[in-house]
Amino acid sequence: MTFGRTAWLVLRKDLTVEVRSLEIAYTTLFFAISCVLFFAFALVKEGKAPEDGAAGILWIAIAFAGTLALGRTFERERQSETLRALLMAPAARPAIYVGKLLGIIALLSAAELVLVPLVAFLFQAPLLSHPFWLSAVLISGTVGFSAVGTLFSAMLVRARSRDVLLPVLLYPITVPVIIAGVRATAALLEPDVELSLVRFWVALLLALDVVFVTLALWTFEPLMTD
Amino acid sequence: MPNWFIPIAGLCAAMFAASPFLIANADYESTMGLVQKIFYYHLPSAWIFLLSAIVCGIASARFLFRGSPRQDRLAYAAAELTVLFGAIVLVTGPLWARKAWGVWWQWDVRLTSSLMGWMVAWAYLLVRKYGGPGSDKLAAGLALFGMANVPFVYVSVNYWRTIHPATTVVPTLPVDMGMALWFSVACFLLLFVLLLRLRVHLEEQRARLDALYLSLDE
Amino acid sequence: MPFSLRQATEPRRHGVRLVRAIVISVLLLCAPLAAQQPQPQQQDEFVPVSQLPAQDQLPAAPLLVSAYAFVWLALFAYLVSVGRRLSYVQREVTRLESDMKRGTRG
Repeated sequence: MTFGRTAWLVLRKDLTVEVRSLEIAYTTLFFAISCVLFFAFALVKEGKAPEDGAAGILWIAIAFAGTLALGRTFERERQSETLRALLMAPAARPAIYVGKLLGIIALLSAAELVLVPLVAFLFQAPLLSHPFWLSAVLISGTVGFSAVGTLFSAMLVRARSRDVLLPVLLYPITVPVIIAGVRATAALLEPDVELSLVRFWVALLLALDVVFVTLALWTFEPLMTD
Repeated sequence: MPNWFIPIAGLCAAMFAASPFLIANADYESTMGLVQKIFYYHLPSAWIFLLSAIVCGIASARFLFRGSPRQDRLAYAAAELTVLFGAIVLVTGPLWARKAWGVWWQWDVRLTSSLMGWMVAWAYLLVRKYGGPGSDKLAAGLALFGMANVPFVYVSVNYWRTIHPATTVVPTLPVDMGMALWFSVACFLLLFVLLLRLRVHLEEQRARLDALYLSLDE
Repeated sequence: MPFSLRQATEPRRHGVRLVRAIVISVLLLCAPLAAQQPQPQQQDEFVPVSQLPAQDQLPAAPLLVSAYAFVWLALFAYLVSVGRRLSYVQREVTRLESDMKRGTRG
């Protein structure tokens, strides 16, 4: 079984299970929307959001929704003991990781497809003015966040207090991703966009993605072995 | 405890006792005056903070890939020291900044990434304490990611527009300031080695206790 | 285990090594991009004075003393913490060892 085929099969399994009930998709989406609304009620004064508010709120909603989705996805694996079955299969462990990672990225991207227009609408932010660059920022940020998140959630499946420990482990490590994502999105929301600055942040995000995915691939095997 | 521990501890204590004299002797800095003297403990603590994070990361990697319990004990000890020296940096820094920059804290890249590295070390300790069985491996994985942050912390101040002094400050120090600084660095380095050895000793004793409990159960 | 896990993962380690080389190259390439930032207004060297600095609103001495005091306190507190934990563990060890000796004798 090749690496790519294993990853594809894991991804397909996750998507199939998810599409049947859409449980995680709906709950994650609802949570993300409530998050955004919460921030809207808390921060908007006289109909105007604070400066750079839209960028920050978008990324916080992605981070919180992502944490929820990660927890729920691996909880599902734990309940049916499917993760142990997967690990016992004669497949490359890193390929299993990649399959799960792509599933999480797909879930988060679906959430972002709804969140971006919502934030643009609620905060009157011209988020959709540079769709290519916004997609680049969102995709590279999501990959970085999901790479670390998938690894840590998989690690925590058999741990105690796993619900509390996931944010404890995940948030400090993904701070650079969130900062870069927010600054890049904020730069795109400026009236006259400085594309070189956006390019810089996207380059940083891509470098972070490479580092995180490499580290995760390298450590997935020993971390999942007892 | 090894033979060298007591003599080295004595030497370290003597050096620390001598350091205030060297620091007082160093020239004042032109724009910051007296408060700049915090530098002579702030910078060595910062270097030991980063060094400790690296030691933790390397020990964690060796523990993950070779399974050596000695490396796990070393990683745990180094993580605790990262929290200790990180706390020193994050308290002495703002005390200096209050006078030098007029604010206690600034969200510039050096401060933010240092704070983040410190939180990763805290998270390591939390996982070890409350993670249950298998938490040693989880924490090791976390430490590896935390170690990836260290070069970023060090180099960030040279590439971003930030209020924190650049790394070019150190090589260009005049002689008396340089002497005070490097003497303090030597003090802190010795202290780090001593504390690490002491903390590893505690872990070894704990392991011995666990082995005793296990043999009692049989 | 019937087969060596290390053997099974050997070819994948080459792949990971390649990816690691790519990481380093990408990071090296990103550094010049980052360096294109406008020059920061920060100190490049400490300049010593031959005269005392002008009086400021905020007195420096309390800050300096607090900083050094904190360093000493933190180090001392840590030593006390390690010492306490160590004595507890050593007490338990001696207790268990004497229990075991009594057990084997009796």
